[in-house]
Amino acid sequence: MTATLSKKTVGAQPMSIKALFTAFFTTKAKAIILPSVGIVCFLLFWSLAASSIDTSLGKFPGPSAVATQISNLIDEHNTEREKETAFYIRQEQRNQARMAKDPSYEPKTRAYTGKETFLDQIITSLLTVLSGFLLAAIIAIPLGIAIGLSKNLNMAINPIIQIFKPVSPLAWLPLVTMVVSAVYVSPEPLFAKSFINSLITVTLCSIWPMVINTSFGVASMNQDWVNVSKVLSLPKLVHIQKIVIPASIPAIFTGMRMSLGVAWMVLIAAEMLAQNPGLGKFVWDEFQNGSSQSLSRIMTAVIVIGLIGFMLDRTMLQLQKKLSWDKSSAQR
Amino acid sequence: MLKVPLESHCKRICQAVIVATCMSASMLTTPLHATELGYPEKEELTFGFIKLTDMAPIAIAYEKGFFEEEGLYVTIEAQANWKVLLDGVIDGRLDGAHMLAGQPIAATIGYGTKAEIITPFSMDLNGNAITVSNEIWAQMKGNIPKQADGKPVHPIKADALKPVVEKYLDAGKPFNMGMVFPVSTHNYELRYWLAAGNIHPGFYAPHKGDTSGKIDAQALLSVTPPPQMPATMEAGTIYGYCVGEPWNQQAVFKGIGVPVVTDYEIWKNNPEKVFGITKAFADKYPNTTIRLTRALIRAAKWLDDNNNANRPEAVKILSQSNYVGADYDVIANSMTGTFEYEKGDKRSVPDFNVFFRYNATYPYYSDAVWYLTQMRRWGQISEDKPDSWYKDIAAKVYRPDIYMKAAQSLVDEKILSKSDFADLANEDGYREPQKHFIDNIVYDGTTPNAYINKFKIGLKAGDKL
Repeated sequence: MTATLSKKTVGAQPMSIKALFTAFFTTKAKAIILPSVGIVCFLLFWSLAASSIDTSLGKFPGPSAVATQISNLIDEHNTEREKETAFYIRQEQRNQARMAKDPSYEPKTRAYTGKETFLDQIITSLLTVLSGFLLAAIIAIPLGIAIGLSKNLNMAINPIIQIFKPVSPLAWLPLVTMVVSAVYVSPEPLFAKSFINSLITVTLCSIWPMVINTSFGVASMNQDWVNVSKVLSLPKLVHIQKIVIPASIPAIFTGMRMSLGVAWMVLIAAEMLAQNPGLGKFVWDEFQNGSSQSLSRIMTAVIVIGLIGFMLDRTMLQLQKKLSWDKSSAQR
Repeated sequence: MLKVPLESHCKRICQAVIVATCMSASMLTTPLHATELGYPEKEELTFGFIKLTDMAPIAIAYEKGFFEEEGLYVTIEAQANWKVLLDGVIDGRLDGAHMLAGQPIAATIGYGTKAEIITPFSMDLNGNAITVSNEIWAQMKGNIPKQADGKPVHPIKADALKPVVEKYLDAGKPFNMGMVFPVSTHNYELRYWLAAGNIHPGFYAPHKGDTSGKIDAQALLSVTPPPQMPATMEAGTIYGYCVGEPWNQQAVFKGIGVPVVTDYEIWKNNPEKVFGITKAFADKYPNTTIRLTRALIRAAKWLDDNNNANRPEAVKILSQSNYVGADYDVIANSMTGTFEYEKGDKRSVPDFNVFFRYNATYPYYSDAVWYLTQMRRWGQISEDKPDSWYKDIAAKVYRPDIYMKAAQSLVDEKILSKSDFADLANEDGYREPQKHFIDNIVYDGTTPNAYINKFKIGLKAGDKL
């Protein structure tokens, strides 16, 4: 915003350095001050509200309780890492001892069996959401392009999309779980079943916004460009590559951003429901524990979930800005 | 080149000598033949548990390295409820789990999901209690005789609850209570307590498709997962519940209810949880089965050592968020030899949680038979069965043979001493007739049908709904 604004002013009429400086400063200051005011007000309101809500597990956690928990969780993570190192050392010694006794034994290093810390859960959730989202993109974008290009295909597939789009992926979850445990059988699985379950759930919910937006973007392409392609009599694939994809990139990205937002929300719920590792499980486990720390830990998780969702969205936005010709579609 | 085989020959000879000595030694001391225990066939295992303090042997075996010393690399996972846990063991997602004693039995006789599940290890004695909400407690309290110091006389019988239940029924309101699973110890204990106080807890009639257990019921019992008990009672959905710790003490701490009776008072030293594995697992991985039993025995021993001296450390471990996760104080309240009833009324119950004393870990056939008698009493087993049937089922599910192999090898390796398993050498698996029930009815595991006929409320031989 600021960059465009100052460029425009410079272009319009030469201004004094001072005026330019003030203009720049006020916008910049506004960009810092207003959000800060918002956050401070929120924190105040939060701590006031928190101290007046009593639950059977103690007071509702305020900002300071969350801050304590963050440091607790980091400490726990570090302790767990130390235990992990000790585990590998012990395992190594045990393997050595067994090799000495039984030379035919082939030593094997097994992964650490201890608990997943909060940071591990964050990473698990992130990996799951990104893989599920990528899988969805791989399916949805080509499908969306095909539907956008062909009216007939659109008419054929549209009812199916319209019926499945409003279905909460959580409704699919029991089916997904049963099918995965029946179909995905291997003695040394590459991925855990729980990961596959979460991944498919994420994929199921993020497919629809991408298909719909992509097909919409393709169908509402500028007719002039289609005509250009016709005049040049471009082969089908080149037409898609040079005309269709660049033209519909803004719409595709809008769909992707929506999908990723939905996917993140659904993943947390799915993890809670299916007890799959990740932030959702963390929240559910803490709720089940019912200790005096539980609520503040859940609140910490809520904030972290929010921050990660925000970061995911910003990342998509940056990608969109990089790749898209239509900068205005990435303004908000 | 020459050196290596020579060395291995030596080793083999040495091993043979050791094995032979062990064998001859054990032949002298016991009738069991101990050969040197082999390496585990399956080393990476996943065990499930429900957030209850009686899962302690699993947590301790992990944290104290007993599993690792057996060459087992165990991952421990909390499960959402007993059904999920049982399904996990049946479909192989879990290799073994902390189970309700009734679960392997019910699975074997096909009540609920049919599967062959066995138990080589009984996890604990006692450890449950019945809690009622403050509202019910206020109405019941007047019916309970007082001690000299003004506190109620324990054990509190359900007779004190009877007028309250009748009041609700007269007003047309159902009297709902929670238990954790249809074949749980808690269900049978709650039923036992209610029936001993002349409150009918209802029959099951699976042959008619009725598995809700509410036929003729005065108190309606329904299933709630243990960790959700306090919240469900707080919400007013149930007026009381029977559950393991720490969920009774949690009610005291939250100030939402009062534990009225512990299962120790309903049946002194009653068997509670077991460690369940599938029969297929035990057959396929015999060494792993023995080794995991060894680790669990050692953990149970550790928990009871020196008069519960290790309990505070155990409570600290259990209060970690990945195990039970409740506050230290809440868990400590029942794990360290005391039990808090009404707030401030803390009494000494040194045997509230027993993990090793009184042969707590030995899987007695008579324990299995007791569960079967209760299943028959409440209609979960809808037809009469001869005494021999009870005996056969118990022998199918409870496996003291595996337990004794594990115990023997621990003694042979001098990890535990023979005195730790004092009376077990000639054990036939049936306890002496047990007298300490709240209604003073004597239980003899060898005559289940005669036992069932002694109850005032409940199906008797020949009854069919």
